[in-house]
Amino acid sequence: MIPEIGHFALILALLVAVVQGVFPIVGAAKGNVAWMALAKPAARTQFLLVAAAFLSLAYTFAIKDYSVLYVASNSNSKLPLQYRVAALWGGHEGSLLLWAFILNVWTVAVTFFSKHLPQVTRARILGVMGLISVGFLLFLLTVSNPFERLIPAAIDGRDLNPLLQDPGMVFHPPMLYMGYVGFSVAFAFAIAALLGGELDAAWARWSRPWTTLAWVFLTIGIMAGSNWAYYELGWGGWWFWDAVENASFMPWLVGTALIHSLAVTEKRGSFKAWTVLLAIGAFSLSLLGTFLVRSGVLTSVHAFATDPERGLFILAFLVIVIGGSLALFAWRASSVGKGGAFDVLSRESFLLGNNVLLVVAAGSVLLGTLYPLFLDTLGLGKISVGPPYFDSVFAPLMAPAVFLMGVGPIARWKKAELPELALRLRWAFFISLATAALLPLWLGHWTPMIGLGLFLAAWVLLVSLQTLRERLTVSHQSLPERIRSVPLAWWGMWFAHLGIGIFILGVTIVKGFETETAVRMKTGDVAHLSGFAFTFDGVKSIEGPNYIAAQGTINVTKNGKAIATLNPSKRIYTVQNMPMSEAGIAASLTGDVYASLGEKLQDGAWSVRIYYKPMVDWIWGGCALMALGGLLALSDRRYRAAKRKAVYQPVPGAVAA
Amino acid sequence: MKARHKRLAWIGGGLVIIALAAALILNAFRSNMVFFYTPTQVANGEVPKETSFRIGGLVEQGSLQRDQDGLTVHFAVTDLAKSTAVSYQGILPDLFKEGKGVVAQGKLDAEGKFTASEVLAKHDENYMPPEAAEALKRAQAAGAANSSLNTEVDTLKKDKL
Repeated sequence: MIPEIGHFALILALLVAVVQGVFPIVGAAKGNVAWMALAKPAARTQFLLVAAAFLSLAYTFAIKDYSVLYVASNSNSKLPLQYRVAALWGGHEGSLLLWAFILNVWTVAVTFFSKHLPQVTRARILGVMGLISVGFLLFLLTVSNPFERLIPAAIDGRDLNPLLQDPGMVFHPPMLYMGYVGFSVAFAFAIAALLGGELDAAWARWSRPWTTLAWVFLTIGIMAGSNWAYYELGWGGWWFWDAVENASFMPWLVGTALIHSLAVTEKRGSFKAWTVLLAIGAFSLSLLGTFLVRSGVLTSVHAFATDPERGLFILAFLVIVIGGSLALFAWRASSVGKGGAFDVLSRESFLLGNNVLLVVAAGSVLLGTLYPLFLDTLGLGKISVGPPYFDSVFAPLMAPAVFLMGVGPIARWKKAELPELALRLRWAFFISLATAALLPLWLGHWTPMIGLGLFLAAWVLLVSLQTLRERLTVSHQSLPERIRSVPLAWWGMWFAHLGIGIFILGVTIVKGFETETAVRMKTGDVAHLSGFAFTFDGVKSIEGPNYIAAQGTINVTKNGKAIATLNPSKRIYTVQNMPMSEAGIAASLTGDVYASLGEKLQDGAWSVRIYYKPMVDWIWGGCALMALGGLLALSDRRYRAAKRKAVYQPVPGAVAA
Repeated sequence: MKARHKRLAWIGGGLVIIALAAALILNAFRSNMVFFYTPTQVANGEVPKETSFRIGGLVEQGSLQRDQDGLTVHFAVTDLAKSTAVSYQGILPDLFKEGKGVVAQGKLDAEGKFTASEVLAKHDENYMPPEAAEALKRAQAAGAANSSLNTEVDTLKKDKL
């Protein structure tokens, strides 16, 4: 009964979404206030209906109802509760339902935090989001229904893929989707602006916090995924340039460009058309990501087995959304107007330079991701483009961007002076150069990539210190007062940029100085790596809720001092009889020691992989700082003040309409 | 500088940067493309020597052998028509199994033995790497596989759906 209620709620939600997508937009065009007023109640009703569908599916998973095909294919009675619920997004249908649900979460949030918007604008925004929802609900109801019954019911479920039975499964997909789908708000704002032909500083101020919030979620989502891959896949990689990772990384790059471009549009009124184009691009790439993951065209840890019908549906949807919005852009972009002029040397040009580099980087990732698919589709052969391509393209593109990132925040708007900039940054520059030249020698060896990485990391960290010092020495107040007088938005920028520096430092050190070895070990054997001694103390059998495992014990010492005890294990998930390695990791700020069990060999020996990953956790630390920066920027007083003030004002635009 | 000159300088500078970026990207792209071949193509000598490429298919039943060190493995990848001998030093993925789909990346040496630098297996009971499925499909289309093997391919395809 519950699954039917969910199914029915989904059908009703589609009808409401059609109302939400059509009437407000037409109403806004015709100036029909009653039609525009439908947007809010429709959006909230749709939210309740989709939430009902989502909860009924979650409930069906929780009570182990194996008469529902999707539940039977992705769950099992032995699966612990948290994974039974997370299994909801462990397959194709459920992850799309999650997509639709999160879209509705964002939409309903817009209805609550848009009191300050003119009614026409709000109607258009909610209308556009309604139309996106129509697409996804149609997709769910026609070819991806998660509520489909299985008759006769299965006695037990086929279990969630063991790879996904991990705490990462609980957080990574919802966070990532919050980011992906969150760009739909920026997209809807952009389309609304194009439809209305009004694009001003106020527009940029409204869409900034939404965009930043989506970007924060995407950052956390990607970080969680990377960390999960690091400990789950058993060989300590944290980024693979896997097509699906790229699919989440492209919207991140374009989204990063977007938040910076929005800043210029808000402060200086420039880059308007470019900002709109980026908003369209970020969401289009999110949709493309969904297509890549859900159409089964990829060899990837994320790809589900799917049928071509579904791929075709998403492809058609993709073409309609991207094609439609770009056509609208081409038609209306000239109406949004130009911004203020600025000099070649100014904060605007630094931001523009960064924007271009970020977009070109996203383009290079897009090429590497799509070209092999393109060739394959045309029957011109199968190729793959691996990490070497991305590594060799990405570093040269990002290096100037990171360099400019250091200069941008201290350059003045409109017109900056090169001699002045050079004077202020000379120490940071020379110390960075010295670091790049000397530090690697002390650490062991020097390569151009290590040099470049350390230069950029030192540059970002030193320039951050310099900016902070300048910011805090300007006025004549006491230090605590000065710290308080700096707006949160500025702190947000500062922490996010610092995060980039920390991230680069982590990447450079781990890529340049990680060590690994694969050895055959019997009880009592000792392996040596990077000054650590790894003693193998044998393997014992343990039993989990739905798996049996061989758990090894490895004692790690350095100079005779005990550092850690690692417990890598090899699990066999009994339902699918599927083996799965769990790495043993001892993390610290200076580096992780990492071990994973390979196979059991003859006479009780095991093949064991051992890694030392210096400063690897700084990678995620840097991402966390970026996300923190985004949150700080969001909490800036002027957004709250603008809202509070707006509540007491009559809604402007309602009269005009 | 006049506004018009400034605009020209902007456009010119932008074009130079984009041209440089494009040259960089395309050059990296060309030198890092990895082609895919089936075991039949390897047997027919259609593959390049001394260049890295990918092969895909099934791990042949009974072909897996392990050296004394426990870390070097030898196995054969088959598309059910021809098979290629592969050696790999390292630890195999969890789901590497005889009779199941596999994709290996590496080089062919002078004696025609494939040394893999990377081995990818499927990661889900219902999922088969597209390359592996492709190799079987091509071999089947070429009519090289006999009927009993065809049934096996059909089962594999059903598994995939």
